[in-house]
Amino acid sequence: MFDFIKDNLILNDPLILGANISIVFTVIGIVATLTYFKKWKWLWNDWITSVDHKKIGIMYILAALIMLFRGGVDALLMRAQLTVPNNEFLTSHHYNEIFTTHGTIMILFMAMPFLLGLMNVVVPLQIGARDVAFPYLNNLSFWSFMFGAILFNMSFVFGGSPDAGWTNYAPLAIEGSPGPGINYYLLGLQISGIGTLLTGINFVVTIIKMRAPGITLLRMPMFTWTTLITAFIIVFAFPILTVTLALMTFDRLFGTHFFTLTDGGNPMLWSNLFWLWGHPEVYIVILPAFGIFSEIIATFARKTLFGYKSMIISLAAISLLSFVVWVHHFFTMGGSAALNSVFSITTMAIAIPTGIKIFNWLGTLYKGRIEFTVAMMWSVAFIPTFLIGGVTGVMLGMAAADFQYHNNYFLVAHFHYTLIAGVVFACFAGLVYWYPKMFGLKMNERIGKWAFWFFSIGFNVCFLPQFVLGFAGMPRRVYTYGPEDGWTALNVISSVGAFGMGVGFMIIVYNVYYSYRYGKREETGDAWDGRTLEWATSSAIPPHYNFAHVPEVKSVDAFYYMKQEGEVPSRENVEYKPIHMPSNAGTPFIMSGFFFVAGFGLVFELWWMAILALIGIFGCMAFRSLSSHKQDEGYYVSVEEIEKTENPNKREA
Amino acid sequence: MSNNTSNHSRIPWTQVIGFVLSIALTFLAVWFGLYMDLAYKLIVAIVFVLALLQAAIQLFMFMHVTEGEGKWQVGKMLSAGFIAIVIVAGSVWVMNSMH
Amino acid sequence: MAHSTNVDPNTPLEYQTDIGKLNIFGFWIFLGAEVALFATIFATYFALEGGTVGGPLPGELFDLKNTIIMTLLLLISSFTSGLSINELRRRNVKGMMVWLIITLLFGAGFLYMEISEFLHLIHEGAAIGTNAYWSSFYLLTGTHGLHVTLGILWIILVMFQVKKRGLNPDTAKKLFVSSLYWHFLDFVWIFVFTSVYLLGMVG
Repeated sequence: MFDFIKDNLILNDPLILGANISIVFTVIGIVATLTYFKKWKWLWNDWITSVDHKKIGIMYILAALIMLFRGGVDALLMRAQLTVPNNEFLTSHHYNEIFTTHGTIMILFMAMPFLLGLMNVVVPLQIGARDVAFPYLNNLSFWSFMFGAILFNMSFVFGGSPDAGWTNYAPLAIEGSPGPGINYYLLGLQISGIGTLLTGINFVVTIIKMRAPGITLLRMPMFTWTTLITAFIIVFAFPILTVTLALMTFDRLFGTHFFTLTDGGNPMLWSNLFWLWGHPEVYIVILPAFGIFSEIIATFARKTLFGYKSMIISLAAISLLSFVVWVHHFFTMGGSAALNSVFSITTMAIAIPTGIKIFNWLGTLYKGRIEFTVAMMWSVAFIPTFLIGGVTGVMLGMAAADFQYHNNYFLVAHFHYTLIAGVVFACFAGLVYWYPKMFGLKMNERIGKWAFWFFSIGFNVCFLPQFVLGFAGMPRRVYTYGPEDGWTALNVISSVGAFGMGVGFMIIVYNVYYSYRYGKREETGDAWDGRTLEWATSSAIPPHYNFAHVPEVKSVDAFYYMKQEGEVPSRENVEYKPIHMPSNAGTPFIMSGFFFVAGFGLVFELWWMAILALIGIFGCMAFRSLSSHKQDEGYYVSVEEIEKTENPNKREA
Repeated sequence: MSNNTSNHSRIPWTQVIGFVLSIALTFLAVWFGLYMDLAYKLIVAIVFVLALLQAAIQLFMFMHVTEGEGKWQVGKMLSAGFIAIVIVAGSVWVMNSMH
Repeated sequence: MAHSTNVDPNTPLEYQTDIGKLNIFGFWIFLGAEVALFATIFATYFALEGGTVGGPLPGELFDLKNTIIMTLLLLISSFTSGLSINELRRRNVKGMMVWLIITLLFGAGFLYMEISEFLHLIHEGAAIGTNAYWSSFYLLTGTHGLHVTLGILWIILVMFQVKKRGLNPDTAKKLFVSSLYWHFLDFVWIFVFTSVYLLGMVG
């Protein structure tokens, strides 16, 4: 046992040793604080076992911000290494690990949970529901995501990180990577993937079955629409990932021959299956981002979204096309001309619905009374920046031209222009926009603008030069280059930009603290003069049952319409009825813990541990089945409690 | 909602018919596959059409796919069929054209 | 999620509560995900069909009679599972339980035959690590077999709950959902039978 720990704990690298020590101190600090303030019970009852969609959403976002920090540090380490030629800051092996974890974390443990978190907080409110359709499952989703993320992140201090890129191509990830790193990748993603799949199912059912009276499909807010479409994509795409990861796990642990070089296996099959999931995954993260921008632009242009129906049609078109373009990720692998041509055409076809959306946003802005809040600034900056990402995407989508750009910095710049200008901007915009809904106060606008300018200028300074570096022939994933390559100046500029982004992020974190300390608490539920139902709650932070009376909806932009017509539900002299709510659940946390243990056991091929934990997982499932009727009974919020919550001042008056 | 199930007979005729059809389709597929001298590609096409028919019998006659949220459920299964064809046929095409 | 007021008494029990409706609909969405899961496994199987180096060919080892018996066992169990739901809707617990037990017996028979087939194949030199073809064969049939095993355990668990708590909207919903799962296993088997065994013997 002791030998096992000693062999795997990484102590020889000063950077990782420092991380080890800081992790130990952070954990001790958290445990001590919780114990000192006697908060363990609060943590368990109010958060860990909570099935409240708003709390689960906040936990997702918190986890995503921590992961953004980790992934950002990885990025800065890479930029530091590449700033000057022949740098020896990182070894090649360490560099490989860092670009692998950077990519994996940013996509799967940052972008996904951030967006899922916003969906959790906002969507049930936007459709006037009490909670999601399956609150118990929602808690399980979060914890299996969280334990998957923890398992993946553990690799870096215990046993070594995966080092085959976030795409984890065979044969590099099988024959080329002994050690537990790739196992961590496979099992961490597998476990968090379960959570994502369950969330997908949950949101499909929630949005289809739980809408308040009057919300027809064509009256749903755009963010709800994008969430619905995203959830459909998740349901079809994530099982592909599950199988793909399982196949490689079998190859590595049980001696099968799916992707091996010998005995009939085919490493190219990995690329094929990975991108069959991977491309829809890109749209899983970008579509909710589109939804967020749509909400914010409509709110701060004070106009109904222009071309609402064309937006929905283009969403549906994108979701369909997202499943038939995957080959464009490996045009250079040697496919026939017919194959590459077909996938080239489908790829370029995606530009059409996406272009429609750009015009929708521009049309919404046109003649609007635009108010440049921080959320709006992120959204407006998104349009031209994302356009650069999209147009370079069309360039890459041309199979013949792709042979020039493939795997060089042009590609790197392209997908950062889509993923940062699309997803990260949306996450920041959504965070600022819905912050009052989550925490009852606005983030400071002045500091927010500083963060915006640092981050968005830094972003362009960082990634515009990388297009040129790509043309100059700099390949991605190299850990250093020589002075004779002539890439030095642009790399220096790029690194400066990256640090600008880092500063922007730190300002956002500081803003959270500053706003908490000095910000004015919101008094109504309507922080921005909003248009959709989430702003119709009786208080800034909605009560746990969301709405005392389920609102009736008569048009798109339901709350705006209510305000115009003077039909905002009154809080005086109304009769309340008891509200049925789901009960908290502790089993999902325990079950996800078993998932973690099983995953860890498989990473190190400790079969006894994996088998015991699997038995534990099935035990939890059986327990859930046997006790679900009690769980489903839930509880009722009494009329007195509702009255007290809805009119806190009434009794005093 | 088509939950009109008030008069369930003792013998559920849809199930029985579905069962008989399923057995017939299975043996038909075996007969086409193993006892008729057809071109391989033609056999593949025939047996898959028969399999799809049998799958439809499961969905509609055994699984009551049209009950409850029938439209959404049928839509979900149809789109799942589309995705399945993309995954299987697409992968076969991709892997066979890699040289 | 309480009982909806004024439910038509003719509505099947499993559809009488909101939570029942949500669960059944959610399960259909889950089945959509299962389709994608099995499609990926089929894709792997077809992609690696030619990877038969260093092992016996499938056509040499498959046995038509066994395969047909397995197919019939599963098909009959799917049919009897449907009959049990018919009895459920007639609120006839006893008849329902009898059909469920028959379903499970046929399911167990299928599993027994599948496991003996695997043992036979391994004996003939076709194990999961032999080559890419046999890896993907075991992956496909094994994943299906695992689903059958889970289905059997699940139905037993639900039957136990019916025994203990009687028929009510909650147990009826569980019976219905587990029967959907069971039918789905036959749904998948149709394609396993067609693409692995039948075409394996043709080609």
